[in-house]
Amino acid sequence: MMPNPSTPLLRVRDLSVEFKMSNSKGWPWQKPDVVHAVNGVSFDIHAGKCLGVVGESGCGKSTLIRAVAGLVPMAAGQIEFDGKTVNTAKKSDVLNLRRSVQMIFQDPVASLNPRMTVFQIVEEPSRAFFPKRSAQEHRERVMSLLDRVGIPRRNANRYPHEFSGGQCQRVGIARALAAEPRVLLCDEPVSALDVSIQAQIVNLLRELQREMDLTLIFVAHDLGIVRHISDDVLVMYLGGMMEYGPAESVVKSPSHPYSQALLSAVPVADPRVEVVPQILDGDLPSPLDLPIGCLFETRCPKAQNICRIERPASRKIGDAQVFCSQL
Amino acid sequence: MTLLQAENLSIEFQTPDGVVKAVNDVSFSIGAGETVALVGESGSGKSQIALSVLGLLAGNARTSGTVTYQGKNLLEMQQNELNSIRAKEIAMIFQDPMTSLNPYMTIERQLNESLEQHEGLKGAAARKRVLEAMDAVRIPDAKNRLKAYPHEFSGGMRQRIVIAMALMCSPKLILADEPTTALDVTVQAQIMALLKEIQRESDMSVLLITHDLGVVAGACEKTLVLYAGRVMEQAGTLDLFETPSHPYTRGLLRAVPNIQDAVGDLRSIAGQPPNQMVPPPGCPFAPRCENRTEQCDRELPPLVGDIRHQRACWRPVEELV
Repeated sequence: MMPNPSTPLLRVRDLSVEFKMSNSKGWPWQKPDVVHAVNGVSFDIHAGKCLGVVGESGCGKSTLIRAVAGLVPMAAGQIEFDGKTVNTAKKSDVLNLRRSVQMIFQDPVASLNPRMTVFQIVEEPSRAFFPKRSAQEHRERVMSLLDRVGIPRRNANRYPHEFSGGQCQRVGIARALAAEPRVLLCDEPVSALDVSIQAQIVNLLRELQREMDLTLIFVAHDLGIVRHISDDVLVMYLGGMMEYGPAESVVKSPSHPYSQALLSAVPVADPRVEVVPQILDGDLPSPLDLPIGCLFETRCPKAQNICRIERPASRKIGDAQVFCSQL
Repeated sequence: MTLLQAENLSIEFQTPDGVVKAVNDVSFSIGAGETVALVGESGSGKSQIALSVLGLLAGNARTSGTVTYQGKNLLEMQQNELNSIRAKEIAMIFQDPMTSLNPYMTIERQLNESLEQHEGLKGAAARKRVLEAMDAVRIPDAKNRLKAYPHEFSGGMRQRIVIAMALMCSPKLILADEPTTALDVTVQAQIMALLKEIQRESDMSVLLITHDLGVVAGACEKTLVLYAGRVMEQAGTLDLFETPSHPYTRGLLRAVPNIQDAVGDLRSIAGQPPNQMVPPPGCPFAPRCENRTEQCDRELPPLVGDIRHQRACWRPVEELV
């Protein structure tokens, strides 16, 4: 079946994720506290595109992609992959979905099993998802993946601790590709790496994306890198959407007061450019007790009364969706 | 006026697998009120330089060279002499605010530790100073938070506490080891603005250790670029960013993604940093350098050039056609 170019490969609607806190000091009849980690996030990604998700730590960006990967349960909302609704999918489809959506993690060393060789690490998903292949086929597949990500074949029998961070991240990418995914979820894949190595990994991801027609969700707090790799950008704050649109317009001319503050704070590697950060007062509110109105209301320089009462709906500004009632 | 002068500082570690040469022949000076940046990737020895200044290196470390502060070599000082300098004259801000505070001690106790040690202040007088320091780093509602424990604060607030701790005895020099690396950009902007302001008010010097060239560009007058424990290039920050002379510096600057116009591939530096147990005989950057010649593989380039802009390279950028 030919994919319809106008339907997105991945469609997420009103996705929410909640975590119930253990009720250790309360009474048994009290309701446990609930952390609202992701609140009503919607986006579409077309095949072969990259969505960048940015926001400060604790804004729910990692939880969001974990929910897409099926690693944490959704509290509400709907995910459609390739036209099928994941919530109601049959078991066989779910397995296929799991295979099609693979993840690359932030800490390259910790995300590899220290007691497995690189060969075993990359072979595991291949064996799990393609049990009918012969050992020889698995072997060839692993070796060609290692070639592709730039790990010399002679190092295939080494253990993760013998590699540097950048090389471990290459192994992590090879492992994700071994499942032959269509979507790669990248959870801060380069933030633990040095600048010169970061660029190597980002370039590798871009090449792979082009070659294999992969769809990426790239979570990062480094806006420069997100701008570099993404077609669309989603700005999150306190689990909710602030602004969502083409990277060009969101990064270059952000409309939401939060996006503006976030971008103004990015340091520029040029001493002639004077960066004047808009400094936000205070800290993030607790995700246990969200503001009733706009999530950003407590720190927003433009907040009015209406912002404190009503959660703003999406508005179209240029090509971007902006969640602010003061624009 | 020079406040701190390091000359031919070398640090090596004895390990079961051999000797690791972490820092080799590094010289630099910090003037009063000046901010100097040490830039380098992980393993370049930048943190070890800061630790050696305060005598905090691990037990298996051997140092040579001198680090002179007020006419005395800090590397040869006894513990009790160092204790009279630590936190009072030279203070340190550590990278990770999550682990550099003691989880069992209230904020107040951690903050007044150095006051008690150096100035013998206790009780109400000490509390007054603690509150002043907390106000200086803008911790809201300081009075009610004296008895709080580190886990009750967010990452940004904890880093402010670490900074307040360093400022407690108004030191002349602060060694800031990646003070904002663990923080979000918005909090980073707050913290850097705060440091700048405090520095302007008290004419304090700062040695800023970072891998973030953006932070360097915004904050430092002078920059040293380290690679594999050696100084590759040192210059005024403006000069260094505008006319980088060492290919490594140029590579680093090119590898930073630009938020304004970012299209196409990033320009990376191929390869990995060398193993410092068996350093290459020539330039440590040679295996990754696009312009290397036979001489680069064979001979270690000396740090040359006029004192305002020095580089260690046989084929500097400006001599290439």
